Amino acid sequence: MFLPIKESIQFISYDTKRAITPYLYMAPTITLLTSLMLLPMIVVFRYSLFDNVIMNKNPTFVGLENYQKLFSNATFWISLENTLYFTFMSVIFHLLIGMTFALMLNSKVINSTIKTILRVFYIMPWLFTAVIIAIIWRLLLDPSGVINYLLIDFGITENNIEWFSSSATAIHAVTFVNIWAGYPLYMVSLLAGLQGVSTELYEAASIDGSNEFQKFWYITIPHLKPIIISIAMLDFIWTMQVFPLVWMTTGGGPIHATEMLSTFTYKLAFSSYKFSLASASAVIILLLSMSVTYFYIKYQKSVD
Amino acid sequence: MAKPFSFLNIITYLGLAIGLVYACFPVLWMLFSSLKSNREIFSLPPELFPKEYTLKAYYSIFSSPMKVRFFLNSYLVATVVTLLTLFVAILAGYSFSRHSFKLKKPLNLFIISTQTVPPISLLIPYFGIVVAFRMYDTYFALIFTYMVFTLPYAILLMTGYFNTLPKELDEAVIIDGGSSFTALWRVLVPVSIPGIVATGVYTFLLSWNEFLFALTLTKSTEMRTVPIGIQLLMGQHSYEWNEMMAMSILGSFPILIMYMVAQRYFLEGLTAGSVKN
Repeated sequence: MFLPIKESIQFISYDTKRAITPYLYMAPTITLLTSLMLLPMIVVFRYSLFDNVIMNKNPTFVGLENYQKLFSNATFWISLENTLYFTFMSVIFHLLIGMTFALMLNSKVINSTIKTILRVFYIMPWLFTAVIIAIIWRLLLDPSGVINYLLIDFGITENNIEWFSSSATAIHAVTFVNIWAGYPLYMVSLLAGLQGVSTELYEAASIDGSNEFQKFWYITIPHLKPIIISIAMLDFIWTMQVFPLVWMTTGGGPIHATEMLSTFTYKLAFSSYKFSLASASAVIILLLSMSVTYFYIKYQKSVD
Repeated sequence: MAKPFSFLNIITYLGLAIGLVYACFPVLWMLFSSLKSNREIFSLPPELFPKEYTLKAYYSIFSSPMKVRFFLNSYLVATVVTLLTLFVAILAGYSFSRHSFKLKKPLNLFIISTQTVPPISLLIPYFGIVVAFRMYDTYFALIFTYMVFTLPYAILLMTGYFNTLPKELDEAVIIDGGSSFTALWRVLVPVSIPGIVATGVYTFLLSWNEFLFALTLTKSTEMRTVPIGIQLLMGQHSYEWNEMMAMSILGSFPILIMYMVAQRYFLEGLTAGSVKN
């Protein structure tokens, strides 16, 4: 026998109702994240222990063989090295440029209207998606593009440089573009942080005879430290996962010169159809991300 | 205060000017290239402003049903993802903000940590699942997979916003005998419009920009979104640069508009979501 929902709920005691209500609200979230986040994580790990998954309906269990193959693959190590170079350089320069812009925007030299306008312009790179950023810079850095023209005109270089297709410059070019694309997040967060430093501290320091650098180092930096660490860790994790920017500028080439863990994994799966090997690589990327995430969360907890 | 022409001031002015060129020159170059003819883009010496302004590149995009389809796909997918995400996130955010329950802490921790899961790690199982469920090359494949990545942010943003509202608001409804569902939708949601807009804008942006899943989980030209459309344009049309630039401008359009509309909430929400959760 079925009662209308409203009446059947009345049979449930108040306490039970109170206890299950939060879970009812969480139910769609839990369902989605379990089926499309947790489950796929288990699936990818399982894939990595089998031979020839997806392509073969009945793959055989091979244990850690895929990981052994991966670790003896030279391209994997090149990709790891490139990813680390790309990530560290990006995070460092994002921080330096973001900090410089934030300090300039926070200085008392310019009035607040100009400040607001400049802030909008400085945020520009952030508003474009990686694919579009890749296209812009491919045009700018084209062998017969405007940057090469200017460099020759000013006598800095002698010949047109193929920034993205020469193995000597490609990784630096891609990193340079990513630095351009990513500093605004730091700028915006640091600017918000700077506005929270009380002016009294600076005034007191001035009375004590501190110079600008000392004020920056002993007042500003300690105040911004929690923001810097949080943003840098998140940026590190996200930059490590780079895909579209590299895919659209160099595709990982020339000859793996800009191969990242993500492009390496993607090619293993969708160009070579070695889904098991690619899964092992995907698990490694996941573990790398998770280990940084662990520190990120631990840090967040210590701040709160 | 400091003298107007002190050494530090001059350095700051100089820095601001260099920063302006660094941040904006590439964007301006894209904008004006989209208004040039393809021949003029590589003419020497290169100039920022076109000698002859032309809308040919835009015209050729709007007159191609295939390219218009890329935009329609992107709008459709991003809109559906945004609406579904908002609905689920409002429910979860309400629960996190107003209820106390045993699994609250671990669930919250789980949602924070899902923000950092690399899409590439889930791509291969998604491909397997999507093919097995016959969802390959459909809107569903994109909508469900995008939601996994938009939802965690949306929940954190909504929770943060609800936390700023006084509890008396919805408690009054419950004391008057209303259900918590009424309290949420009739009282809390209407006063949370700014937070919902910010969350919606951010969600829309994430799905509008998505590249990896769209590249892998769709195949036919009719199912492609704008980022993949740009990639296709790059391969097929032997470098119609003006058209690619025009496509990029049009592809950035909704984001620029939304950013301008929701700028304040957007930045606050984003920093609140990523830093202070």
